[in-house]
Amino acid sequence: MKKRESQQDKRFKIAHREALIGIILVLINFIWWYGFAYGLGSAKVEQYSYIFGLPAWFFYSCILGFIVMIILVIFTVKFLFKDVSFEEEEGETK
Amino acid sequence: MNWAVITPLLIFLLIIFAVGMWSNKFVIKSHSFLEEYFLGERQMGGFILAMTMVATYGSASSFIGGPGIAYTKGLGWVLLAMAQLATGYFTLMVLGKKFAIISRQYKAITLIDFLKERYKSKAVVLFSAASIIIFLFSSMTAQWIGGARLVESLTGLPYTTALLIFAFSVLVFVIVGGFRAVAITDTIQGVVMFGGTLILLIATIKAGGGIPRIISDLAAENPDLISPFGADQSLTPSFVSSFWILVGVGVVGLPQIAVRAMSYKNSKAMHNAIIIGTIVVGFIMLGMHLIGVFARPVLPGVKIGDTVMPLLSMKVLPPYAAGIVLAAPMAAIMSTVDALLILVSSALVKDVYLNYIKPDAGNDQVKKVSFSVTAIIGIVVILFSLSPPDLIVWLNLFSFGGLESVFIWPVILGLYWSKGNKYGAITSMVIGMGSYIIIDQFYPNAFGFHTVVLPIFLSLAAFVVTSLFTQQNEGMMHVRMEK
Repeated sequence: MKKRESQQDKRFKIAHREALIGIILVLINFIWWYGFAYGLGSAKVEQYSYIFGLPAWFFYSCILGFIVMIILVIFTVKFLFKDVSFEEEEGETK
Repeated sequence: MNWAVITPLLIFLLIIFAVGMWSNKFVIKSHSFLEEYFLGERQMGGFILAMTMVATYGSASSFIGGPGIAYTKGLGWVLLAMAQLATGYFTLMVLGKKFAIISRQYKAITLIDFLKERYKSKAVVLFSAASIIIFLFSSMTAQWIGGARLVESLTGLPYTTALLIFAFSVLVFVIVGGFRAVAITDTIQGVVMFGGTLILLIATIKAGGGIPRIISDLAAENPDLISPFGADQSLTPSFVSSFWILVGVGVVGLPQIAVRAMSYKNSKAMHNAIIIGTIVVGFIMLGMHLIGVFARPVLPGVKIGDTVMPLLSMKVLPPYAAGIVLAAPMAAIMSTVDALLILVSSALVKDVYLNYIKPDAGNDQVKKVSFSVTAIIGIVVILFSLSPPDLIVWLNLFSFGGLESVFIWPVILGLYWSKGNKYGAITSMVIGMGSYIIIDQFYPNAFGFHTVVLPIFLSLAAFVVTSLFTQQNEGMMHVRMEK
């Protein structure tokens, strides 16, 4: 019984940490997206600079932001996420 | 009829049929019919999991409606659409391992099973089942109509015939194949959606003479088309940002998405799905909406937004390629409808029939009931789609935000906050749905935010306050559950 509980705790601890990482990622994603879009995009259209033909605000916010998020997601999943078993140990199913 | 366009579509339908028949083998020989039919025996690997989430989420609006709006609003609408990137990783990370472990402990097959075990309340179960059935039924009808219109416009068949062809093809594979057929066809459909987006994006950029040329054409027509504020300056930062709740993080509360977070095999599948899902959903949303904007100089003067994508495909692509690309929105619609169909059926069979009407039904009887309930729902939806009642149209407006307001907190706080109890859950659900409908009627887009924002916060407050106030009489129950 004791063993099962500590094992549960360990798995839940991992799960809680990963859920928190999800929230942090979404915040980074949002700040990046909002910052570049409205930071650069609020200027007059005549003063826009362009990257690969796209307005700079759009390139940084939507294109580069997308690429950065992919890299961050791959990094967190590969290095911060842990494998856990979802099944109950034998004899302990309800 | 344009056979060059239709042939790829037909081949696509045949493949989908074949998958349904193949999945039926699993349904017939499975040990636990319910778990197989409604959850595919929790055997989804990473790629299938990612694709079924993306495909279920990506619907008619991602391929037809969205690009149409982007066409009129400009790059500001692409910015808004990119809020959906979060759905790729956020849902699986947040529901994540805890949901997978707990739903296995509870032996939950549906989202409602989870709520039932967590809150032990008949009111929660019945209210959830009712909201799923009512809201998803109406959004299914809406998607169905969209699918039929698309078939109608591509083939020139009359609406009724188009509807029957479309509905029949979806019904067959869902009824015989269950969740496994849905997930595998979703995967094929997800690939078609991805490929279709890529082909059309390249063809459109080429037809427009390259990106710099397209952007300067847009700026020459109306500079605001390339600003984040939209062609008519109507897209304020707070309004656009609130879509992060409606189509970003709030998606966690959609039952058709949440149920997928309990269907995967192991944590490796989940890890892969997070990566693949983020890439695919981001690419499709960015690509399709960008196509909508880029279509403007290529195809000026389109009046009805919904026709931009079909017209553009026919214009910039050779016919057979247009057929492949136009299979994408059809795939998007089918993969949304099939998920809703199996979910509504599970709510009726598993959550209502087996819980309260006939708990002791044998395996064969459950099988018969499941097949026939799925079929009957499908047929009723067809009848509704032939001449949609106003009520359905009205209800569909709420289905996305309404379901999110109902389910998000009972699911999330049910997982992560042990003090949450059934009183909190039911208050939060009722307030979530009630306030969504009321605010939408009387004060839409309150304080410059999308309608969904306020109800989400109200239902959170309702959940927390009620749970804390009812702690004493729940004390005993709570101790038992913690153990």
